[in-house]
Amino acid sequence: MTIEVRNLVKTFGSFKALDGVDLKVESGELVALLGPSGSGKTTLLRIVAGLDWPDSGEVLINGEDALAQGARERHVGFVFQHYALFRHMTVFENVAFGLRVQPRAVRKDEAAIRARVKELLDLVQLDWLADRYPSQLSGGQRQRIALARALAIEPRILLLDEPFGALDAKVRKELRKWLRSLHHEINVTSIFVTHDQEEALEVANRVVVMDKGRIEQIGSPGDVYESPASAFVHGFIGESIELPVQVEGGVIKLGDRPLRLAADGLAPGASKLFVRRHDMLVGPPGSGAFEGAVQHVRNFGPVQRAEVALSGGETIEIDTPRDKELHAGDSIGLEPRRYRIFAGT
Amino acid sequence: MTMQIAHSGPLISSDARARAREALTRDNLRTEPKAVRIAIITIAITFLTVFVVLPLVVVFTHAFSKGIAAYLAALAEPEALAAIKLTLLVAAISVGLNLVFGLVAAWAIAKFDFPGKTFLITLIDLPFSVSPVISGLVFVLLFGAQGYFGGWLRDHDIQILFAVPGIALATTFVTFPFVARALIPLMQEQGTQEEEAAISLGASGLQTFFRVTLPNIKWGVLYGVLLCNARAMGEFGAVSVVSGHIRGETNTMPLLVEILYNEYQFIAAFAIASLLAMLALITLIAKTVLERHLDEGEDASDH
Amino acid sequence: MLTGGLVSAIAARRRTLPGFGLTMGLTLTWLSVIILIPLAGLFLKSLELSPEQFWNILSSRRTLNALRVSFGLAFAAACVNLVMGSIIVWALVRYRFPGRRLFDAIVDVPFALPTAVAGVALTALFAEKGWLGAPLAALGIKVAFTPVGIFVAMIFIGIPFVVRTVQPVLQDLDPEIEEAAGSLGASRWQTIIRVILPSLAPALLTGLALAFARAVGEYGSVIFIAGNLPNVSEIAPLLIVIRLSEFRYADATAIAVVMLVVSFVIIFAVNRLQRWAQSRIPVR
Repeated sequence: MTIEVRNLVKTFGSFKALDGVDLKVESGELVALLGPSGSGKTTLLRIVAGLDWPDSGEVLINGEDALAQGARERHVGFVFQHYALFRHMTVFENVAFGLRVQPRAVRKDEAAIRARVKELLDLVQLDWLADRYPSQLSGGQRQRIALARALAIEPRILLLDEPFGALDAKVRKELRKWLRSLHHEINVTSIFVTHDQEEALEVANRVVVMDKGRIEQIGSPGDVYESPASAFVHGFIGESIELPVQVEGGVIKLGDRPLRLAADGLAPGASKLFVRRHDMLVGPPGSGAFEGAVQHVRNFGPVQRAEVALSGGETIEIDTPRDKELHAGDSIGLEPRRYRIFAGT
Repeated sequence: MTMQIAHSGPLISSDARARAREALTRDNLRTEPKAVRIAIITIAITFLTVFVVLPLVVVFTHAFSKGIAAYLAALAEPEALAAIKLTLLVAAISVGLNLVFGLVAAWAIAKFDFPGKTFLITLIDLPFSVSPVISGLVFVLLFGAQGYFGGWLRDHDIQILFAVPGIALATTFVTFPFVARALIPLMQEQGTQEEEAAISLGASGLQTFFRVTLPNIKWGVLYGVLLCNARAMGEFGAVSVVSGHIRGETNTMPLLVEILYNEYQFIAAFAIASLLAMLALITLIAKTVLERHLDEGEDASDH
Repeated sequence: MLTGGLVSAIAARRRTLPGFGLTMGLTLTWLSVIILIPLAGLFLKSLELSPEQFWNILSSRRTLNALRVSFGLAFAAACVNLVMGSIIVWALVRYRFPGRRLFDAIVDVPFALPTAVAGVALTALFAEKGWLGAPLAALGIKVAFTPVGIFVAMIFIGIPFVVRTVQPVLQDLDPEIEEAAGSLGASRWQTIIRVILPSLAPALLTGLALAFARAVGEYGSVIFIAGNLPNVSEIAPLLIVIRLSEFRYADATAIAVVMLVVSFVIIFAVNRLQRWAQSRIPVR
C-alpha cells in the first residue's frame, strides 16, 4: 500500500501550514515526519487521514485519489496524540468499536469480533486490561490500546501523531523498540509524526525533515544525519557548531580572518559553516583552521564538553574524547574533521 | 478555621502533621480575626434565612394550616387537576423541543469552527435577559387579533393565543437556552478527538453521535433538561400574557396560584404553590447530584 | 482559474465531522422561528408609531413612574445584592461552619422556585400579620403593598446571580497572591482591598448587571407584594400587561421596546466584562 502526496498546500488564515509538499511512501515503509512544532507535520498527517482538507494538491493512497473520500471511507488507522480513547467504553469496547460500526452486510458476528479483539489485545500485550476503562490505564497502556483500536479495522495504512509525545522518557524508550518490532510483525505502511530527532532516527526506515510547511530533506536516518541537505536540517538534527562566514574569491572568512578551509565550488556571499561538535579535532595552537582558548570544561558521559572562545570572539562548544584532557585557560588549535557550508544567513 | 486539623487524631504521621502545619500557616495569612469571621457568617446565614428559607417555609405552613385533609381536598379540585395536567403537557412539549434543539445547536456550535460563533451564542442566550412579560407580548403581537398573523389565523380557524399552542410557544421561548447552554461548554471542553477517532474507525455521523458523543454528555443533557423543566413548569409572566386565564382550560399551576390567591382561597393557592415548591426542591437536589457527576466526568476525562 | 479557486474553496471548507450544514441550518431556523422573528415583530410594531407618538407614550406620567419604579428599585436591590452576595460568597468559600453546604444549595432557591410561588410566599411573610410583617409593622415599617415590598422581592430574585458569578472566581483565586501580599507586609484589610477586590471586580460587576437585568424585568414575584398602585408601586412589566388588557398595544409595545433595549445594552456590557475578565486571567 503506497501513499503519495503531490504539491499539497494548506493555510490556516494567514499561516501557511503546508507550502507545496511532495512525498511518496513505499509499501511497508515506516516513515517519520520530523520537525519543530508549527512545521506542518501534523497537518500533513491529518490530511492523509482525511481529518483535514488541503487548499490544493493531491493525496493518493495505493494510487487512488484519497481526497474524493472522507475519513470514514479511507480505511486509515489513526493514532491520536492524546489517544482519544472513548472514555465511557472499556478497553475491549474501544478496540471493538471499529468492528461494531461496520455496515450490517459486512459486520462480523459477535464471536468473530470477540476473537479479533482478543487477538489485538494479545498483540499489544494488554489482554489482561480488557475490562478496564481508559481512565484506569497508564499513559503507555493507553497508547497501546489506541494502536490496537486503530489496527482493528485492518487499516490500509497506519498514521501515528506524536505517538510517544505524552509519555515520560523511560516509557518512551521502551515503546520505541516495541513499535519497531510491531511494525516488523504487521508490516503496514506507516507514517508517524515526531519532534524528537532521536525517536525518528531510531524507529523509522526513512525520515522526512520538515520546516515551515516545506520538506527540507527525505532520507534514511544515516543520510539525514551524515549528509544534511540544508542549514536547517544540519542545525535541527544532531548537535552542531554554527558559524556565520563569508565566501569571497575562493576563500572562507570568519569575520575578517580567512580560514584554512577549502572553498571549492562555493557560491560567493554570506554563508553558514556547520561542524558537528564531535568533528572538531583538538591540536596544539596553530595546528588547525581555528585558534581558541578553553573557557570551561564539563566532564560527563563518554566525552568532555568544552566551551572554547575563538580568536575572533565567537564562543563554541565542542565534544572531545576524555583521554586528552582539556583545562580552562588552555590555548588550542581546532581542525574540523568534516564540515558543511550552506549559502545564506 | 481548619476543620481538618481538629479532626485529625493523635496517630497522624509526621508527614500529615507537616501538611497540617502548612495549612495552618497558610490559613493564618489568609483569614480574618475570629470576631469578623463570626460576624460575616452570621450576616450570611441571617440574610439567606430571611430572604430564602422563610418564604419556602411559609408556603408549606400555609398549605397545611387547615390540616392534611383540606390540603388534599384542594389538590383534588377539578380545576387543580386540570392545571396540573396542562402544566405537565406544556412542560413536555417545550422540554422536548428544546432538548432536540439543544443537541442540534450544541453539535453545530461546539464541534465546528465558524465566524460569528460568539454572536450566535449571544442570540441563543437572549431569552434569559428578556422580561417574561415581553416574552409573552411578542406572541400576542404575532398571533393576537390585531397581530401580524391574527387575521390569517382567524380565517383558517386556528387558535394559538389563549390556547395550548400559545402557552407552549411562550414557554419554549422562555426556556430556549437551557439545554443548549448546558451542553455547549461541556462539548467544547471535550473537543472533537473522540469523534474524529470514531469517524476514522468507520463510524457514520449518527453512529458517532449516539455511541461516542451522547454517552459523554449524558449528565449534561440531564442537567439541561432538569433546569429547562423546572423553568417550564414554573413560568408565570410569559404564560400569563398569552393564556387568557380560561379556568380549567388554559390555567397552568402558577396561573392557578394567582387566581386562587386573588380570590382569597389561601389554602388552595398555597397547596398548589407547595407542589411547585417541592418541584423546585427536588430540582435543586437532583442538580446537586448531577453536578457531582459532571465534576467526576471532568476528572476522568484527564486530557 | 475561477472554478479552480471555487473548487479549492469548497474543498477547504470540507469538514471532518459530518452534519455541520444540517445542524447549523436547523439551529438558525429554529432560533429564527422561536426567538428572532417574534422579537423582530416587536420592533417592527414599534416602528408603526411615529417618534412623536412613541415619545408621548413614554413621557406620560404613569409610564415614567412605572419605569422609574422598575429601574430605580431594581438598581437599589442589585446594589444590596452586590454587598450581601459578596458577604455570602466570602462565608461560603472561605469559612467552614455547620450547614455550609446546605446554605450553599439554598442560594439557588430563587432560581428554581417559580416566581408566582415566591410572590405569594413573600407577601404572606411580609403582610401585616405575617411572621416578619407583624414585627416590622410594630416598628412602623410597612413592607407588603408598598414600594418596599417590590424592593424585597427584587432582592430575593437577584441574590443567586451575584453569588453564582462571584463564587467560582473567588474559589479559583490563587492563594499565593494573598500570601505574597501578606509576606510583603500588607495588612489583611489592605490585602482584601488592594489584591482580592480588584481580582473579583469583573465578576462583581457582572453579578450586579445580571441581578439588575433580572429585577428590571421581574413580574411574578413582584406583583403580589407590590400593591400595584399606579404611579407609586406599579412596575413597568405590569403596566405592559395592563395596556395589553386594555388593547392599547402601541403603549405596551413602546414600553417593551425601551425595556428590551436596556436588556440588550446590559448583555453587551456583560459580554464586554467577561472578555475583560478573561484577558486578565493570570498565567499560572
